[in-house]
This record gives sequence, C-alpha cells and structure tokens, in this order.
Amino acid sequence: MTSAALDAHELAPQAAPAAQGAGPRRGAHPVLRRFATRVISGIVVLWAAATLAFWTLQLVPGSVVDILAGDLSDPVLRDALIAEWQLNLSAWDQYVAFLGRLATGDLGTSYVQRQPVLAVIGDQIGPTVILALTAGVLGVVGAVLLSTFSIGRKRAVRASLSTIELVFVSTPVFWSGILLLLVFSFGLGLFPVAGANGVQSLVLPAVALALPTAGLLSQVLREAMERTMLEPFIVTVRARGVREALVVWRHALVHALLPGMTVAGSLVGGLLGGAVITEQVFGRPGLGSVTLLAVTNKDVPVVLGVVLLAAAVYVVVSTALDILYTAVDPRLRGAR
Amino acid sequence: MTTTLERPPATDAASSASVSARRARTARRARPPRPAVVVALVFVAFLVALVALPGVFAAYDPYATDIGSSLRAPSAEHWFGTDRLGRDIWSRIVFGARFSVLIGLAAAAISVVVGTVVGIAAGLSGAFLIGRSGRVLDEGLTRSMDVISAFPAILLAMLVVTFTGPGVWNIALAIGIAGIPLYARVVRAQTFVVTRADYVAHAAVYGRSRWAVLREHVLPNALVAVPVLAAIDIGTSILAVSGLSFLGLGPQAPVPEWGVMLAESRDVLRVAWWAGVFPGLFITGSVIAFTTIGRWLQTRDDGSRS
Repeated sequence: MTSAALDAHELAPQAAPAAQGAGPRRGAHPVLRRFATRVISGIVVLWAAATLAFWTLQLVPGSVVDILAGDLSDPVLRDALIAEWQLNLSAWDQYVAFLGRLATGDLGTSYVQRQPVLAVIGDQIGPTVILALTAGVLGVVGAVLLSTFSIGRKRAVRASLSTIELVFVSTPVFWSGILLLLVFSFGLGLFPVAGANGVQSLVLPAVALALPTAGLLSQVLREAMERTMLEPFIVTVRARGVREALVVWRHALVHALLPGMTVAGSLVGGLLGGAVITEQVFGRPGLGSVTLLAVTNKDVPVVLGVVLLAAAVYVVVSTALDILYTAVDPRLRGAR
Repeated sequence: MTTTLERPPATDAASSASVSARRARTARRARPPRPAVVVALVFVAFLVALVALPGVFAAYDPYATDIGSSLRAPSAEHWFGTDRLGRDIWSRIVFGARFSVLIGLAAAAISVVVGTVVGIAAGLSGAFLIGRSGRVLDEGLTRSMDVISAFPAILLAMLVVTFTGPGVWNIALAIGIAGIPLYARVVRAQTFVVTRADYVAHAAVYGRSRWAVLREHVLPNALVAVPVLAAIDIGTSILAVSGLSFLGLGPQAPVPEWGVMLAESRDVLRVAWWAGVFPGLFITGSVIAFTTIGRWLQTRDDGSRS
C-alpha cells in the first residue's frame, strides 16, 4: 500500500508536462492522477478508521486499562498493558504511539490468549480467506450467469429470476447453511457436517456464503444491462450482425461492470462478515471463532485487530477495483 | 383519482410533458398493488399482530419446558413441532417476533434518525445556511460516513458489542450505527439538490425567512426518500439482528428470538429438521416482506422503474 503510494507520487509529476500539452486538462496524466488520488484517499480512510477505533476506545466509559484487560484482573497484566499502550502518557501521545505501532504492523497483544494479535489472526486467517475467496468467485459467477440469462427473456422468466435474487439477498447465511446441511449432509449424506478437511467440507459453506453476494450483484448487473440494452449503440451492434449472445456478453455485460463495482464494497464487507457467521454454522475453524471468542471474552485488542484488518481489506479491494476500472473505461479518465 | 385521468390533454407543449408525467404517477398510485405487494403487506400486518398480541396466536407458554414431549415432529398438537426441551416452536416463534422485529425496528430507527440529521447537516452546510466554513463540515461528515462504511457491518457491530456486552438494546445500537451512512448519503445528496432548486430561491426572494424556507420547502423535499429507505432497511436490520443473535451476542438463551432458536437447532438438526426450518422461514419472510414494500413505495414515488 505505502509503496504503491510512493510510486504514484513519483510518477504523477513526471507525466504532468505531456498531459498539459495534449489537452485542456491541467495536471498529471488523468489515469495516473486518478490512481494517485484513489491510493491517497484509501490511505486517508484507513488512517481515519484507525483513528476512529482509537478514540472510541478512549470515549467508552471506564479506564482504558480495564477495557483492554477485559475480564482479566491482575496487577502484572495491568502494568504490561500500561507499558504496551503507553497509558501513562497523554491521550495525544498514546494516539501517535498507536498509529506508529499500526504502521509497523503491530496490532498489540492479546492478554487473553497471551500472544501478539497478529499471531492470533495469522494462525486462523487461512481457512477464512479460502472460504471468502471461494464464495466470492462463486457469487460473482452466479450473478453473471443469473443476470445474463435474464436479458431478453419473457416477462415471467424475468420476474421469477428477480424473485430468486430477492430470496438470495433476504436469506440469512446461517439459515441457508442450515437448509443446505439438512438436505445435502443429513439427507443425502454428500458432504461432511462440520470441520474443514479438504474440498468436500468447503462446498456447502461456500455456497451458503455465495448466495447473498450472487443475489445482490445480479440485481445490480441486471438492472444496468436492461438499461444498456435500450441504448442506440446496441442497435448498431445488432445491425452489424453480431449474435445476440455476444451482444449481451461483450457489450451489455461490460457496461454493467461499473454499476456492479459500486456494490463491490458492500460485497466484500458481506463476505467478511458473513464468513464469521458461516464458520459458526459449519463448525469451521477460522477468524470467525477467533473473533467470537474475543468478543465474548472482551479481548479488545483482537477484535480491534480483526475489524481494522477487515477495513484494510475493504479499502484495498475497492481502491484496486476503482483503479482497474479507470484503466479499462475511457469515459472515467477525465473524472477527478 | 379517475377524474384526473379523464381530463383532456393540455395544449401547451412544454407543460404537457410534466402533466403527463404527473398523470402517470397518479395512475400508478391508483393502480392496485401487485399480488406480491399485497402478500407482503398482509405478512407485515400479521407480524404486527404477533408483536402486539402474542397470547392470541400462541397455544403454549414459549418458556415452558416439557421433557416428555421433546423433539416432536410437526403435528396438529404442535404445528411446528417441539425443540429439545419440549417447548412448542410455533409459540416460541410467535413470542420471538417481539425480539426479532422490535430490535430490527429499533436499529433501523437509530440509523434513520442519526443518518437523517447527519445528512441534512452535511447537505445544508455546503449551501446556504452556514456559509463558506460549512464546506469543511460537509467534507468532514461525508468522509466520516465513508470511514464507517469501510467496516463490514457485522464486524463493526461485534466491536460495539465487545464494549457494551451482549444484550437486546446493545445489538440494536450496534446495528443502528452500522446503518447510519446509507441515510446520511442519500439525505445529503437530496438536500444538496433541493437547496439549489428554483422554488427555494423563489421562496427566499419572496422574503420567507431561512427557517421558514427550510421548514416549508427544503425538509419536506429532502426527506421524501427516507420512508422508502427505512422500509427496506427494517428488513436488513432484522437480518443483521438475527445474525448477531445467532452468534450469541444478542438476547440470551431461553429467549425465543429467531436467530437464537436457529443457533439452538444446530445441535438437533440430524433428528429434528423442523427446529432449523421454521424460525428461518420467519426471518427470511420478514426481510422479503419489508423489502417488497420498500420497493413498491419506491416505484410509486418515482417513475424510473415500472
């Protein structure tokens, strides 16, 4: 993240003269300019997220030592916490120290688990990443298939597809998980009931987690594609004799990607938050049980670490998608 | 309504467009709602009845255990079967509506009130009430909303619960906070547009005070989208509430909240499918019903989708 920002800083001024000569727009080459502003605003959001977390900790009633110690009470622990968070300093100095530690990747120490937070998260993040990624891919593929299939169909077909989307979006992952377990594990005996051993145990959780993603994204894609299909250029494409399937996939779908990206953030958030719940339904190890245990034990450093990590993932993904899309869509190059 | 429809078309070309748009809207409002909307309205009315008078609908005490009739399948006696402790699942769902629906409503109310206030403040600050320094306030509020929405809602709610401890009102607060940015953004954008509209300038020219312009013109027009968003958001909040309850962070074990019931069903799924099916049916049903009503209100208000 930081190295990308540095690159942007270095590149932006170099590109400036060329752009000034080429057109009316001032400043750097539009793509690089947008790249730089996006990366910087991503960093600002991350900084603000960390700041918000820190000051919330200060504002919550009760002394910070007690909050960080959770349900543990031990004078040695209190001394360790005061030393680590530098609680004897002023609030402002604590804040600067907190940001300094975050910048070096130090998320603090979990005194409940007697380990650094980063180690606690690192041990358990693997299965969660695999689950969220698989579900994300499944969800996007499902959404693309659902939405492209609905284009140009009869009214009844479209209506039933949009009902399916609504049901997907409205079904909590823990209930779809339970239903999948009932049918495929207890009923048909196809998949294991719990655990994380191999691909077999990944199928049902990934499907349960993918459903809301597929539903939400499909709604957005379908609406955008229906609007695109009414545009004059689609007539031109058809007049060239392009096959209808190609019209949908190459032209309508591509135009729907930008509206699709506007929900990318909530999709990432949904996948991360949903993974925590899904893991509980299927008894999978991962960040879910770590976070839940931390919440019930009031292990604040761990919860803060997980939440900040999730915010970082959100910021990185949405920034990356935004930059990627600017590079692809010429209409956005002048923007900001 | 019908007289409006039968009125002859206006002759003026410029005004005929707006007249026909208005007439189309009137026609949309006069048209009976789709069957799905009727079903959704009936379901919500049913939920309201469950919340208001659970005793009328429930045949059993939702907390009364009866080990003798543990894990009975659905029958005439127990419509939705019984759970491990022999409690009647239908009666528990009926009494659970008070928790699931009311906590969802409370969470949505927090998001609506705070989000609307923030949105109006941000929308007005940039325009005509506070002046130039207002731009800083607008930018600050808008950016804070961006920051809140960078946290996944469920995880943000879990962080709040870490501080407050589990409980009914704590999860309403937690989910309410996560929902604020949605309203703030929409209301800010709408306020921004309305304050720059000609009719607001006219009212000011006619000598109405700023407060009167705000009250009579800006607020009513800036807030039109809020009920629609709220209807959809109640569904989303119910979903989030049941999720946190499923994780054990909301109302605690003997309480018949729907998410809690599903969490309890996890251990008996192999032998009692009904324990895992019916509470979820009510969660999903409520979410679909509120979303459908919200979308219906939306299409009634604007003609963009037919």
